Amino acid sequence: MQRFLPLVVVLALVVLFLAMMLSDRNPKEIKSVIVGREAPAFSLPGLKDATATITDADLKSGQPILVNFFASWCVPCRAEHEHLMELARERHIPIIGIAYKDDPEKARAFLEELGDPYMVTANDADGRTGIDWGVSGVPETFVIDGKGIVRYRHWGPVVDGNIEAKVMPAIEGAR
Amino acid sequence: MAGLKTRKKQRLVIATAAVAAVVGAVILITLGLGGDSLSLFLQPEQVLQKKVEAGKRFRLGGLVATGSFIRDDDGLTYRFTVTDCVADIPVRFKGLLPDLFREGQGVVTEGRLDADGTFIAETVLAKHDENYAPPGTAPKNAEACSHPEGLKAEAGSY
Amino acid sequence: MLAEVGHFALVLALVLALVGATVPHVGIHKGHTRLMAMADRVAVGMFLMVAIAFAALTHAFVTSDFSVLVVAANSHTAKPMLYKISGVWGNHEGSLMLWVLILSLFAAAVSMAGRKLPLRFRARVLSVQCLLAVGFLLFILLTSNPFLRLDPAPIEGNGLNPLLQDPGLAFHPPMLYLGYVGLSVSFSFAVAALIEGEVSPLWARWVRPWTLMAWIFLTGGLALGSWWAYYELGWGGWWFWDPVENAAFMPWLAAAALLHSAIVVEKRDALKSWTILLAIVAFSFSLLGTFLVRSGVLTSVHAFAVDPARGVFILGFLAFVIGGSMTLYAWRAPKLVPGGLFGMVSRESALILNNILLSCFAAVVLVGTLYPLVMEAFGAGQISVGAPFFEYGATVLMSPLIVALGMGPLLAWKRGRIGRAAQVVLPALIVALVAGLYVVWQSAGGLVMTAFGLGLALWLIASVLLEIAERTQLFKNPERFWSRLKAIPRASWGMSMAHAGLAVILLGITISEAWSREELQLVAPGDRVAVGGYDFLFEGVAPVAGPNFTAVRGFFTVSKGGREVARLMPEDRVYADPVMNTTEASIHPLPGGDLYAVIGEAAGKGRWSVRLYFKPFISGLWAGSLMMMIGGLLSLSDRRRRVGAPMGKRKEA
Repeated sequence: MQRFLPLVVVLALVVLFLAMMLSDRNPKEIKSVIVGREAPAFSLPGLKDATATITDADLKSGQPILVNFFASWCVPCRAEHEHLMELARERHIPIIGIAYKDDPEKARAFLEELGDPYMVTANDADGRTGIDWGVSGVPETFVIDGKGIVRYRHWGPVVDGNIEAKVMPAIEGAR
Repeated sequence: MAGLKTRKKQRLVIATAAVAAVVGAVILITLGLGGDSLSLFLQPEQVLQKKVEAGKRFRLGGLVATGSFIRDDDGLTYRFTVTDCVADIPVRFKGLLPDLFREGQGVVTEGRLDADGTFIAETVLAKHDENYAPPGTAPKNAEACSHPEGLKAEAGSY
Repeated sequence: MLAEVGHFALVLALVLALVGATVPHVGIHKGHTRLMAMADRVAVGMFLMVAIAFAALTHAFVTSDFSVLVVAANSHTAKPMLYKISGVWGNHEGSLMLWVLILSLFAAAVSMAGRKLPLRFRARVLSVQCLLAVGFLLFILLTSNPFLRLDPAPIEGNGLNPLLQDPGLAFHPPMLYLGYVGLSVSFSFAVAALIEGEVSPLWARWVRPWTLMAWIFLTGGLALGSWWAYYELGWGGWWFWDPVENAAFMPWLAAAALLHSAIVVEKRDALKSWTILLAIVAFSFSLLGTFLVRSGVLTSVHAFAVDPARGVFILGFLAFVIGGSMTLYAWRAPKLVPGGLFGMVSRESALILNNILLSCFAAVVLVGTLYPLVMEAFGAGQISVGAPFFEYGATVLMSPLIVALGMGPLLAWKRGRIGRAAQVVLPALIVALVAGLYVVWQSAGGLVMTAFGLGLALWLIASVLLEIAERTQLFKNPERFWSRLKAIPRASWGMSMAHAGLAVILLGITISEAWSREELQLVAPGDRVAVGGYDFLFEGVAPVAGPNFTAVRGFFTVSKGGREVARLMPEDRVYADPVMNTTEASIHPLPGGDLYAVIGEAAGKGRWSVRLYFKPFISGLWAGSLMMMIGGLLSLSDRRRRVGAPMGKRKEA
């Protein structure tokens, strides 16, 4: 009998690990807070035109919109950039970019080098808006519906697989 | 005592020893998990809700409230407020602060409340780097922080 | 171009591993020698392919080829060469490459050094090893490909976390991985034995050197890791019972237990089933460690970036390997016929006690590590299990172990006499008691635990020496002492050395815990601070610049009785890419203890906050670890136990 004991212990641990991994825990727990609510209010200067002001009112355009936090110092942002370009150019999805804790000079160079998928780009130099949105690291992308309600939060880069699997369904759902 | 003549007997002895060891380990673990070896992880709102008693060791996580940071005259004691934008807990810490400690940033501290409700921290861990926040420092009540003043410590918070 | 070569080599390695995992079994089934012998060629070929891939990745790091994503994310042109190389394994993808490199290296080594193993058995072992490689290669290729390109390539990389830019940490992962993965050999031997349904003393003889080697590396890896924590984190601590540290400590405990139980199998043909189980458990702990670090299930400062897909893959692999081997165990263990009988008081019993205590400790560490997870799963909120729990477990379980350790080597196999052994170690008991009582008396009853620890350590050292004296009949027959001393086999020296190493570690812990002195002060240039009898004179600060950082450096002159003994220069560094501060403690080891200084921030009016320590005999921790490693090496170099060189009598088992 006791020869089955190790096997039982192992199986119990595997179940525990699986349960913990599949449950939504930190840092994703913020999702449950922000998703389904109105997007946090903000008011930021533009990245290209510092005199312009971009606010949460810009989110309520009547159609789904993406808000993407990025930074020039962040490598995964580079990886997701071409996919954002594709979303903007080919699928005509409006994206608002927010440069997170970045030197505006470098952020502009980043967009110049890789292309600019954003409808408008705001500059969150001290990261305050990022904190309000519960951003725990860049890149992070939010799907906002026409009424300004957050429908989906994407943690990490928006790349190949998860565009079709997660981001697009969220956008369709927000229509 | 000395000789174990049969295999059966020997097995019995080994089995008894093993069972004794397992029972011993279980007792050890239950005893060990009492007292100070376990510490809860709480954010300020939970601290007030649960009415954590003074002297109980726990870990407090949240954001360092903007404008709350002061250094005492001895130059080694620091005071600041940890907030989750719903409730605030004043914290006192004597020692060297971690390099990444900043106002408005996430922080995890470990220590106890004193009689006045000030959290006496023994260790302070600051946010690790741009891509990694210690778990739990992002406020559970993120929307409460959405007001730009949310991070400022307000006396007698709600 | 080279990155593509590396990628291709990795795919070839996978193909070879698949062949190696299957074909030898077919060969054994059909009794086809050539097919069995395939295992050897596959093992060597796989190693070559993985080595090519690893070299390609290293090349990308060394030449700062930022068109490779991993390099861009983890390296920087301004980084010193050492850290460009250590950057290869300083990230998730590269560290997995190192895993597979070592795994295939060990497969090749078993094939080369194990020529004397029966072909049938060697083929089994190698095919298990290949199966493990299949899992890891698939994992790399499917979820963590290190050769992904980044287009367009950035001009500059992201840099390596400055905390990791440290010589101690550069060598820590390879060392630890050699240990982790080294246990895969014991595992493969155990699984092969289960499949064959036979465990013989010969089996233990083959498996022991491999386990010993893995254990030596694990010891080294743990020692390097704690040394790094001691001087890099800047507050004098050296072990934190962090989940990732525990994950490395559990295999060490299991490997230590395995080393001892394999002796019983070898000498007395007993404890077979338990030894097999331990071999499986030891490697399972290694896999568990890998899983915990990469899945994000537990949070730790050492953790890699979290990716659920990776976590699920490793968990699946874990379930397959551990669950599969445990099922095999449950099925085949009854086939293992128990061997020799032994008395209640005997070397065997002492080794069983060692095994029970070590395994219980490993279990306590496991529970402490996973307890927060269980509590969270049942909705009890976030909880952390702190050091007191583990320290308590260590005290309760390791004390009887050390008491027994003094006596164990003196007991005879089969049936020992406790009276005789007690007679020999009586002086050790007296030394321990006197030292302990003296400390209690000196501190007026204050340092009971210190006295206890000190007593235990001295007991162990004294009984190790007495055991050597007994062996050489120093007291009965002194004129033949030298010739007898020379006749002691190296394996015995190794044992004595390793046991004494444990005592030295215990001394280091006890003394440094009890008599460390610490001052936290605000100082201006010219101020003096007295710490533990040493006089620290603060001379001021100066800015310095390194290759990829700038720093504020503080200057201290330390003197004792007016005589200068050391100069300390702690730094507070700011790294440029990524921007990050680190504290560089300055440490000067003296025979009696370490002088340790950390500089904090400016406090205005030319004053700086500083933290100064005197840590007596803390070097005992690392000296003791080194003694354990040397002990292991001595034992390994014993002619009777050289890797794969057991007597070549039996050709086909």
